[in-house]
Amino acid sequence: MNTAVIQFPGSNCDADALHAVRLTLDPDAQFVWHTEAELPPGTELVFLPGGFSYGDHLRSGAIAARSPIMAAVKAHAGRGGFVLGVCNGFQVLTEAGLLPGALSRNRDLHFHCAPVHLRVENAQTAFTGAYQSGQVLEIPIAHGEGNYYADPETIARLEAEGRVVFRYVDNPNGSLNDIAGIVNERGNVLGMMPHPERAVEALLGSEDGRGIFESLKGALVQ
Amino acid sequence: MTHTESLRPQAATFGLTTEEYDLLVSRLGREPNALEAAIVGAMWSEHCGYKNSRPLFSAFPTTGPQVLQGPGENAGVVDIGEGWGVAFKMESHNHPSAVEPVQGAATGVGGILRDIFAMGARPFAVLDSLRFGNPDSPRTRFLLNGVVEGISHYGNAIGVPTVGGEVTFHPSYQENPLVNVMALGLLRHEDLAKGTMGAVGNQIVYVGSKTGRDGLGGAVFSSADLSAASQADRPAVQVGDPFMEKLLLEATLEAIQAGLVAGVQDMGAAGLVSSTCEMAYRAGLGITMDLDRVPTREEGMVPMELCLSESQERMILVPMPGREGELLDLLAKWELDVVTIGEVEAHDRYRLTWKGEVVCDLPVALLNEAPKYTREGVESPDIRAKRERDLSGVPVPGDLGAVLVDLLSHPTIASKRPIFERYDHQVMTNTVVVPGAADAAVLRVKGSRMGVAATSDCNPRFVYLDPYTGAAAAVAEAARNLACVGATPLAITDNLNFGNPYEPGVYYQLGQAVAGIADACRALNTPVTGGNVSLYNQYAEGDHKVAIHPTPTIGMVGVLPDVTVRATLDLKPGPHTLYLLGEHATGIGASQYLETVHGLEAGRVPELDLELEGRVIEGTLALIRAGLTTTAHDPSEGGLAVALAEMAIAGGQGLQVTLNVPEGVRPDAVLFGEAHSRVIVAVPVGHEEAAQDLLGGLGVPYAALGESLPGSDRVTIVLSGANVQLSVSLETLKAAWEAPLREILG
Repeated sequence: MNTAVIQFPGSNCDADALHAVRLTLDPDAQFVWHTEAELPPGTELVFLPGGFSYGDHLRSGAIAARSPIMAAVKAHAGRGGFVLGVCNGFQVLTEAGLLPGALSRNRDLHFHCAPVHLRVENAQTAFTGAYQSGQVLEIPIAHGEGNYYADPETIARLEAEGRVVFRYVDNPNGSLNDIAGIVNERGNVLGMMPHPERAVEALLGSEDGRGIFESLKGALVQ
Repeated sequence: MTHTESLRPQAATFGLTTEEYDLLVSRLGREPNALEAAIVGAMWSEHCGYKNSRPLFSAFPTTGPQVLQGPGENAGVVDIGEGWGVAFKMESHNHPSAVEPVQGAATGVGGILRDIFAMGARPFAVLDSLRFGNPDSPRTRFLLNGVVEGISHYGNAIGVPTVGGEVTFHPSYQENPLVNVMALGLLRHEDLAKGTMGAVGNQIVYVGSKTGRDGLGGAVFSSADLSAASQADRPAVQVGDPFMEKLLLEATLEAIQAGLVAGVQDMGAAGLVSSTCEMAYRAGLGITMDLDRVPTREEGMVPMELCLSESQERMILVPMPGREGELLDLLAKWELDVVTIGEVEAHDRYRLTWKGEVVCDLPVALLNEAPKYTREGVESPDIRAKRERDLSGVPVPGDLGAVLVDLLSHPTIASKRPIFERYDHQVMTNTVVVPGAADAAVLRVKGSRMGVAATSDCNPRFVYLDPYTGAAAAVAEAARNLACVGATPLAITDNLNFGNPYEPGVYYQLGQAVAGIADACRALNTPVTGGNVSLYNQYAEGDHKVAIHPTPTIGMVGVLPDVTVRATLDLKPGPHTLYLLGEHATGIGASQYLETVHGLEAGRVPELDLELEGRVIEGTLALIRAGLTTTAHDPSEGGLAVALAEMAIAGGQGLQVTLNVPEGVRPDAVLFGEAHSRVIVAVPVGHEEAAQDLLGGLGVPYAALGESLPGSDRVTIVLSGANVQLSVSLETLKAAWEAPLREILG
């Protein structure tokens, strides 16, 4: 699957994302600098990596969401192209309006870096087909602002439509309904706080994140 | 230029003694102006000029086939093989952190990272050695929380994992906390960069943040005793911007790898001046810079401020001749402020102009060759008396199980997980052994089978009671910690934190400690590749001066030929036989136990046999590499009993051991004594003979201690010959070990 990993100034999981995608999904995955107006021709997956784009100035993800490349990312999503936003990438997606809600500071106001357990709530999406519904994954988190919030109607809709894809088993940050990851209505845009790109090699402790990339491989075939 | 009015009466305001001022006048052949005096004061400060410490350093071994870059550059570099090198260095940010812990610690991280990428290496790990005062005091809580927040804020944002370090508590650090930050970077040999001006005609390019009034005079500030008045010195503390540093990091590395850079250095202590005059000195050339071109954050800044500001996230780059345009374009892509501020010239002067006038004209060598002082060191009689104290009257407690629980809940020994969880320790996806899981951090090298291991160590109580042995023991412990993960020790960086060297007792400690480090590094084949000196870590309360325990923190780097062949400290599933490599402790002198339980900081530091240390390290590595153990842990604070408990807690299973107490040895010494050169390993049942053969062949003394007990939830230690047994549930041990730091961090 042709993958573009977007680099904003201050992205810091960009190289990790590229490494993981090259290992699992697309050996030729490439970086795309945020000032580009277009994605490389044939891009199928856009990966918005974690980090502190623009130093988290203003609000996490707020400035990156207005980068030139984001217009192309929105158009790509509008065409049904896949978009995966992890951590700061999730924040960028909410700021860009591609996903509802917002990520605010963790309940205890501290940064947390630790492996967490996630339950796969919906294994029917393009990102989760390789998992079983109810399967529990171990994937690391590393964030200070992962506390998912949306208004009650939005939360109810996300739940009713099966768009809560991952839920924390033991909520580390205060997210409403223990939400760790959601998809858009069409199911082609996934935002999640945990870092699947850190969990694709047994050497680093967990391979549970591989399923997301494996699923996308399958999605292409469909 | 001429300047006739003598500034001698104001010498102290420039950080110079009157003798130093006179020396300056005689070397210069005229009176300096105020700017020149201030520049010399900064360059001759301990922080930049090492005037009290450098003469001692000649004892250090600094060469070896593994050393690609020894002392004298921004950081040392070791060869790890396959064309890869590791740049590493440790630096203190003690004084700023005492005054403003968040920014003090944050800029400590920022500063050391710049030293690493200035070598052309991509920073890929940070370790912090932190020391605080009484854990119960509000000040300690304030400082610890602030320092952790600062490291977390900066390290997490820039995306370099914080993978290890130490956090310990002792009253001597109550007013002077220590924040020593070590960073490692990975580079290809061909990308090794240097802090040099290169050749005549080269341009001098300023890149990064604008210059402000923050951190003014920091080098001088950190080279004086702290006092209550220092709290009013906040403008001397810099403010960090990790976002700017991230841009600088990426831009600098891209420029070096593209071959656009002839020389590079960060602006650290004493800012623009120290970076440019050190680079000129290394090139053996002079420079002229126009201060009007320095980008400023505010109007009306004067030369003194422009020269000595320690605003963060600024670098000096010297473009490859003919490729200036390419370099400027690359830096513009990263949206960085870039200005060409000067040029390299064929003379030996350090010349600065401002508003069309020459405002500084000093010999480059004068700035870089601070006077060197060798002082008289005399051991404090009080400390000698503590060391010689007879401990035979110290009672053996009745409930040794309760002592074990007490020790595990001492904040120095207790779990540091609440701290590590606030640091991103996995970004860059190289962290194979996470903080707390083993005696050293292990990182993989992408595209290779190799791993890099790193640790920072020092037991200040040892150094206080016996600076020579204590400092040598810090080197030995660091090497042993690397061996415990399966890494061959390669080289060290040191961070020498001491009190005021003008006091004979402190100078004695410094001299002895340096000698101890030198001898241990020679014996263990781990040369010194660089370091940092932080003196004046003492606090004046009226006439009473409180110095920190002497703390020569050792940062050591090692290599694993195969990162999948390694060990951690937790007991593994399945039955294992536990062995001790090395000898049992025979005394309680200088132990955490003696201090925590008996309130005594006294006694002899256990004797360190460096030859034995080398064999224990070799034996540990041999067992790991032969696949005979994947568990290794060295007993340190709290001794053998604490080490066993830590292994049981981490593995979630019990163990039972029987320790022989020799005639005339106290049972509490065997349990809690802190002898060096010991490692506990766990050999899978059935492989004991192979392990024993291997150890016997290498001449490593060992003893079978007992067995791991998968499925059991008790740690049981029987002392044969002393009729003592202690048995404590894992739950009790774990609760005692996990609680303290959560409480202190709040």
